[in-house]
Amino acid sequence: MIELDAIHKTFGDTEVLHDLSLKIETGELAVLIGPSGSGKSTTLKLLNRLLDPDRGCVRLHGEDIRRQAPEQLRRKIGYAIQSVGLFPHWTVEQNIAVVPELQKWPRTRIRERVAELLVLLDMPPAQFLHRYPHQISGGQQQRVGVARALAADPEFLLMDEPFGALDPVTRANLQDELLRIHRLLGKTIVLVTHDLDEAIRLGSRIVIMDQGRIVQQGPAREILLTPANAFVRDFVKPGEIGVRLLGLARVSERVRWSAQATGEALGLNATLREALSAFILQGVACLPVADESGRHVGALHFDDLLEIRA
Amino acid sequence: MTASPDDRRVERLLVAGMVIALLLPVITVAPNRLLSGSGIELHALLHGERLWLLFPLLWLLIAPFLPRSWPAGAAMAAIALGNGLLWLTGQEAALRTVGDDSLVRVSFGPGFWLLLLCLGLLLKHLASRMRARHAMGLVLLVSALSPALVMLWKGMLDPLSLMQEFFNVQDTLLQATREHLMLVAGSAVPAICLGAGFGFVAYKRPRLQGWVLAGFNVLQTIPSIAMFGLLIGPMAALGHWLPQSGIAGIGMAPALVALALYSLLPMTHATLAALNQVPAAARQAGRGLGMTPVQLLLRVELPLALPVFIAGIRITVVQTVGLAAVAALIGAGGFGAILFQGLAASAPDQVILGVLPIVLLTITLDSLFQLLISTLDAHHDRT
Repeated sequence: MIELDAIHKTFGDTEVLHDLSLKIETGELAVLIGPSGSGKSTTLKLLNRLLDPDRGCVRLHGEDIRRQAPEQLRRKIGYAIQSVGLFPHWTVEQNIAVVPELQKWPRTRIRERVAELLVLLDMPPAQFLHRYPHQISGGQQQRVGVARALAADPEFLLMDEPFGALDPVTRANLQDELLRIHRLLGKTIVLVTHDLDEAIRLGSRIVIMDQGRIVQQGPAREILLTPANAFVRDFVKPGEIGVRLLGLARVSERVRWSAQATGEALGLNATLREALSAFILQGVACLPVADESGRHVGALHFDDLLEIRA
Repeated sequence: MTASPDDRRVERLLVAGMVIALLLPVITVAPNRLLSGSGIELHALLHGERLWLLFPLLWLLIAPFLPRSWPAGAAMAAIALGNGLLWLTGQEAALRTVGDDSLVRVSFGPGFWLLLLCLGLLLKHLASRMRARHAMGLVLLVSALSPALVMLWKGMLDPLSLMQEFFNVQDTLLQATREHLMLVAGSAVPAICLGAGFGFVAYKRPRLQGWVLAGFNVLQTIPSIAMFGLLIGPMAALGHWLPQSGIAGIGMAPALVALALYSLLPMTHATLAALNQVPAAARQAGRGLGMTPVQLLLRVELPLALPVFIAGIRITVVQTVGLAAVAALIGAGGFGAILFQGLAASAPDQVILGVLPIVLLTITLDSLFQLLISTLDAHHDRT
């Protein structure tokens, strides 16, 4: 559990965080989002003491983090940033092994751990272990950055716009992978982004910040349906709320099992937003639904999309 | 092999240089050491058996305009022409200085130097065109220099004025080499340490940065002779105060101080630049992952700064090799002593004898540093 309690932080004359309190439960994937200058990155940096608050207190599992040396604390908290910051003079293996090395793990255990993480992130170890950062693509670098953050099996993972510099396809892939890793490992993740779609896609809780304050927090659906004030309403773009809501639900939740239809089948796992797109594209109001192996399982009607508000 | 338009342009430019060289005197002949001589162009010297020189010469002049290019052939022609030229001038000098008591001096003329320069540049260019690795470059270097060394060994070049001057200063040359190396090492080593220190402090305390650099900038603008003059007073006082130290207002000690002062700015700059070019993201990541400041410095910042830092040492050392010549003015010796003696005696060949070792030393040190940097880069495997 992460608790921020009545945090104040100023840089020079500007107040960047004003009486900020936030509680993140163990196992949550919390997304901090807001315009630039809203204080979201600053908040993240308070959690591993890259910054210390002027007033207020940060607690992990109820213990004030200022009780430990910052280096000791940081080695227990994974950290991944947008610019990745891989060490250019080290191989992929050496980069991932940084924190276990700092914690003086035995060599064989480090080697096993690095291989395990590369497999987890879908990068064959034989192919990547001895490459240098400049020899791999941007998406692969970001994966290595995530693997490095996870290396010492930290309980918490902090990510500062980790996918911001990637192309949309790679970004979507890595978002899926992060969700998979989150389900698999159950880490508490705090992620900063300025991309609302990313926040909706990833966050079990979205924390919207503006001018150093939290303006609203909750699950994506709640934020889309009941924006707390005009700022949030503008932020979620009223014109796109509908499709964003559709993006939150899957075809499997609305499918009419065993019903028949003709056309190009939708996947059970597709979002309703993708289904909407398929309806428009194919110009029909009813489409068949198939499971992952391509077997017909039912159909989805255009009207079924409307139930999303209910 | 096909040559790129850029290659062609370089080669044709060098042809132009060679044509100009052919219009200038290749040797000058003077009745004695002090009188200025009259020049003789290459075409006046080419007759009899020497006509073979036309073959590599014409080859080099025509090759860049032919549709197909053969760099290895051109390299061989350049080596043959350069050494042939040396052989020809040696032979001509022998003919013109018969008799042991002959005072006649045969010196290299501007045409010779220009032609040699063009051939050297051409060889370097051809070596890179042949995608020469260090080994191939070495083969070229050895085959270019070995005939010249054999001629030198056999005494075929002895009648030339340059060699006559060499025999005059032979004994002092070794001493001068020792002094010059002493000047370079003795000033560069402390300057590198101090510069690294100042650079590091300036990096950690950005507020000091402006002051430190401004101070060294002022130092740098003091002309070298003035600097030596300014140091005479304080150094003499220091020598008076510490009689056993051997420090005096002139000689080695003030020269070392002055040269070290000149090296401070480039070294501080290089250290600062080396540390500043370490990617900020790598630094932030290192901190965020839990490295202590010392670990961050030793594992990330220093290794990443090293290639630029060494490039800075390279510039500093090369600069010092040249600047050390001036130190001869305050009696610190070195190659500068030979050079200034030659100037005072209006003996241009003796001046050249002072300059040539400086040039050779510079090139050697520069290549060694280049080798070191490329090995480091290969180790880091950065492109």
